[in-house]
Order: sequence, then structure tokens, then C-alpha cells
Amino acid sequence: MTFFSVSDLGMSFGGNKVVDRVGFEVSQGEVFALIGPNGAGKTTIFNLISRIYDATEGVLTFRDQDITRVPAHRVARLGIARTFQNIELFENATLLRNLLVGRHVHSRSNLLSDGLFTRGVRDAELRHREKVEDVIDFLDLQRFRDKPIRDLPYGVRKVTEIARALCMEPALILLDEPSSGLNPEETEDLAFWIHDITKLRGITVLLVEHDMRLVSEVSDTVLAINSGRMLAIGKPDEVLNDPEVARAYLGA
Amino acid sequence: MRILFKTDYLIDVRWFADRFTMLWYGALLLLLAGAPALMSHYLLGEVSLVLIWLVGGLGMMLLTGFTGQVSLGHAAFVGIGAYAHAYLLKLGVPLLVSMPLAGLIAALVGVMVGIPALRLHGMYLAIATLSMATIVEQVFVRWESVTGGFSGFAMPAPSLFGQALDGPIGFYYLCLCIALGLFAFAVNLLRAPTGRAWIALRDSEIAAQSMGVHLASAKVSAFALSAFYCGIMGALFAHKVGFLAPDAFSPTLSIQLLMLVLVGGMGSLHGAVFGAIFIVMLPTGLSFVRDWLPQSIARQPSLEVGLYGLLLAMFVLFEPLGINGRWEKIKYFFSVFPMYKRATFVRQKAYMRSERLR
Repeated sequence: MTFFSVSDLGMSFGGNKVVDRVGFEVSQGEVFALIGPNGAGKTTIFNLISRIYDATEGVLTFRDQDITRVPAHRVARLGIARTFQNIELFENATLLRNLLVGRHVHSRSNLLSDGLFTRGVRDAELRHREKVEDVIDFLDLQRFRDKPIRDLPYGVRKVTEIARALCMEPALILLDEPSSGLNPEETEDLAFWIHDITKLRGITVLLVEHDMRLVSEVSDTVLAINSGRMLAIGKPDEVLNDPEVARAYLGA
Repeated sequence: MRILFKTDYLIDVRWFADRFTMLWYGALLLLLAGAPALMSHYLLGEVSLVLIWLVGGLGMMLLTGFTGQVSLGHAAFVGIGAYAHAYLLKLGVPLLVSMPLAGLIAALVGVMVGIPALRLHGMYLAIATLSMATIVEQVFVRWESVTGGFSGFAMPAPSLFGQALDGPIGFYYLCLCIALGLFAFAVNLLRAPTGRAWIALRDSEIAAQSMGVHLASAKVSAFALSAFYCGIMGALFAHKVGFLAPDAFSPTLSIQLLMLVLVGGMGSLHGAVFGAIFIVMLPTGLSFVRDWLPQSIARQPSLEVGLYGLLLAMFVLFEPLGINGRWEKIKYFFSVFPMYKRATFVRQKAYMRSERLR
């Protein structure tokens, strides 16, 4: 059984083909990195996986289930969480409430039971809070718990996005450029966290990243793409030393 | 400065964070319960009117303030609630049944409006709801067998368990109970998953979706619930006015509802309370202003509407967080006195948000 696979994925906006026959497999528990120059189609692939876009070709399979046409909110319930390159937090809510939204996939209440705030809803709230606190401890966010997102610095927001995704208790997490805008120290922390997310929490990580040091440090498999096409796939040092990849980045 | 030392998750779940807050709200409740003994009948009627506006304002706040869907058509739901309630009473349905039923009928229409509205955002949604309200107003005029058309009809006095509530005191308590109940319902929603999903989709639809929020059902449920609140408002309003005619539910009412949430303070239930008080006090305030103005201006027939617009624009420009925002600032000023910094509340647009995907 393959954990997560993409085969022959294609996406065109009008006549513009941004993803062209991309196929790869991610096995459970690994860190899979997607690299490539700007505009290579990395984020588009993420948007295809989290079902914000409809793929024009190809099949996405997650735990033996075809998710190519599953609606976006259902993908989240199946256990795929994601973060966004340009931070999509709920700005006017506190960090705590942002993380509690991450628990939405696990809530079973409805409008009426919520409005009456039944015993069941209250108990569920406490259970969700416990999970959220666990993530807060894991990512060292205690100080910011009751602050609204709009008052938080960029680095903390970046981590909050990861925290919110972790609160969903997903099986697969998609991190879209988690280190962009972080200072070297924060990037160092991030490397440890990615390691812990896979090894301690058993969550598979699919990563889009530009920081090659971070990529070679954390990832098990690397896929390089350029203009929507696959360039190389394999172990980090193989791919990063591939002449094709160097040419794509340097334009030589 | 008071510091709340949190020792239990329940502190963040409960209605009142500490005894101190509970004491203040308890005092307010006592004051409201004892109001008939303290106030003249005229004043009591005004307070009832505030409570009626509060019910509709809460619905509007849930939709616009928390879910981010602007509506310029909520007068239609108020009207539907009013006529449905009146018609059911005429059929002999008891008040305790007909009032929630009137709310549910309004909610049903809310769902019917909400579903096509799913594809519309911002300005376009406002226009669509405005035209919906215009259509509904026409229905009130033409459907004479139910609504009595232009001539309208007189509303029977409310009665509970065979006991007529025709005096201002009985009606005041009816409004108070309904407003408090619906306020509690709204507070509960906002500390539970449903309310959080609404806030999430207001701030970022794409992220909410990726968190597993079903956008369509969240938006439609917000629409339906706010229509329910406005329907209940309509039922109470019908009793208050005593006479139903279609022109009571014109677009001006929709604009007043929107003004209520904007001036009160978007995204806060306290804002709905402040807004309701503001809307009820406005005509009295304007009549004072009229005395000040030169005759040529004061005699203009549509002066009220113009001043509404002016006030709305001034609030958007100078106090976007409304009366509630001002209240929060004053509270903050005293809690950190003398360390208040003006810059605390200055919002800066610092970070780019990703391009909207749809």
C-alpha cells in the first residue's frame, strides 16, 4: 500500500501548462521535499493536493483512496493538513482560537447543540483544549496564547500556522515554505521541529522549501521541478548536486 | 491593573472569566429586572424598543460582524417574521408557538436567499440582498389575503397562557426574556465550533476550507440564523407598533440594521447592545440637532437619512471599531493608567496576504 501518491498530475490555466505529468510517491513517516525555482509550480501542486484547484489531469491517492475529486473540506477530514506560503491565519482571533479552529475536523456538534452549549459540547471543548495545549507546548507558543494574531511578529505567525495544522492531528502535513522570513535561529528550530513531527508524532511531511541547507538537513527524498516538469528525484545530496537542477536554479 | 491568573481550561470556556465580571453583569441583570419599578412607562417602552432592536442586531452581527457577509436586505426577514407572526396569531396559534415559528419561516427564506448568495462576495452580496428585500416588500403589498396590502391591519395585543400582556410592563418582560435568551444563544455559539468556523471563514475562506470547514453550509447556517433573529425581531416589532403596513419594512430598516452593527462595533456582541441603544436614541438626538440648525436646512424632509449617512461615514473614518471599540479603549486607558499609549490601538498593515485564489 502506498501512503500518498501523485501520478501524471497536470494543471493548465487556459493554454498555460503549469504542472506537467508530475508523479511521485510519499511513504509513511518520511520527509519529502519539493524544490525548484520561483514559478516552477510547487505551490500549485500543493493547491492541487489540498483540492483548492481541480487537477486537469492525473490522479491523487491517499491511503488507497482516490482524492482527485474529493472537496477541500473533506480532504482535511481525511487527514491532510497544510500551511500557506503567505500566512492565512484568522487575523482578528487570538492564537488560541486559531488553533481551536484546527480542531474543527474533530468536532461533531451542530448549530443547536453549540447554541445551547450542551454538556457534550463543553466536554468536547475541554478535550480540544487539551490537544491544543499539547501543540502549544511542543512549539513553545505559551507566551502568545491570548494575543490576537494581528499583534504577533512574522516568525511567530509562521510557527502558528504549523501549530494550527498540527492541531488537526493529520497523517500528512503540507508545509509551504515554512522557513521563508525566518531568521537563522528560527530556521534551526524549525529543522528540529520537522524532525520531531515525523519521528515523535508520526506525521508524514511534504515540504516546499527554498533553503537548501534546511532541505538537505531534514528531508529523506527530494523532488526538483522546473516549469511544471520533473527534473530529478532521489536522496537530497544526489538531487542537490544534479547538474540539471543547478542549471535550473542558475539559468546557465 | 487586575491580572487574571488562569488555573483551569474552564476559565476560558465559562461566560464570565472571574467573580468581578460576574458581579457587574449580575448588577446589570438586576437593574433590567427592576426597571419597571424605576422607570416611567414612556422610558420603559424605549427600553423595550432597544431590546427589540438588539434581537435583530444580534442576528445582523452574527452574519456581518462574525461571518463577514454584508447584507442590505434584512428588513425583508424582519417583515416576514412580523407578518408570519401576525397571520399565525390570527389563526389562533398561541404566542409561544407562533413566535418561534415566525422566526423559522424567516430562517427558511434566509436559506433560500443564502444558497444563491454563496457565489457572491462583498458589494455584490449587498446588492443581491437589497434586491431580494425589494421583491419581498412588493410581496407584502400584493399578497393582500395575508398581509392586508397597503392598508395593513391592526396587531392583536400579545397574550401568554390566556393572560393579556397589553401593558408596557408585561411586554417589557417578554422582550427582556427573548433578548436575553437569544443573547445567550449567540454567546454560546461563539465559544463553540460553529462560531469559530464563522470567524475563520470571515478572516480567510481558503484557510477555513483547509481546516475542514464546509464553506457553503457554514455561510447558509449563518444566513438562516440571522434571518431567524430578525424574524423574532419582526414579531416583537409588530406588537410594539400595533399596526402592520409594508412601508415599515423598507430598505431604510435594512440600512438601520447595518448601521447598528457598524456603529455599535463590528465583531462584538457588546457592539450589538451599544448599536441598539444608539439606533433607538438617534431620532431623539436628531430632533435636538434640528433645533440648532438654520431653518432652511432643518425643514428639509429627508434630513434624517442624510444625517444617518453622515454619521455612518464619520464612524467608518474615525472609529472603525464603533462604540464598542471606543469603550474598550476607555477601559484600557483606566486599567493601565498612567501608562496609556495612543499607539496601542493603531493598526498597521504590515504583512502581505496571499493573493485570493477565487
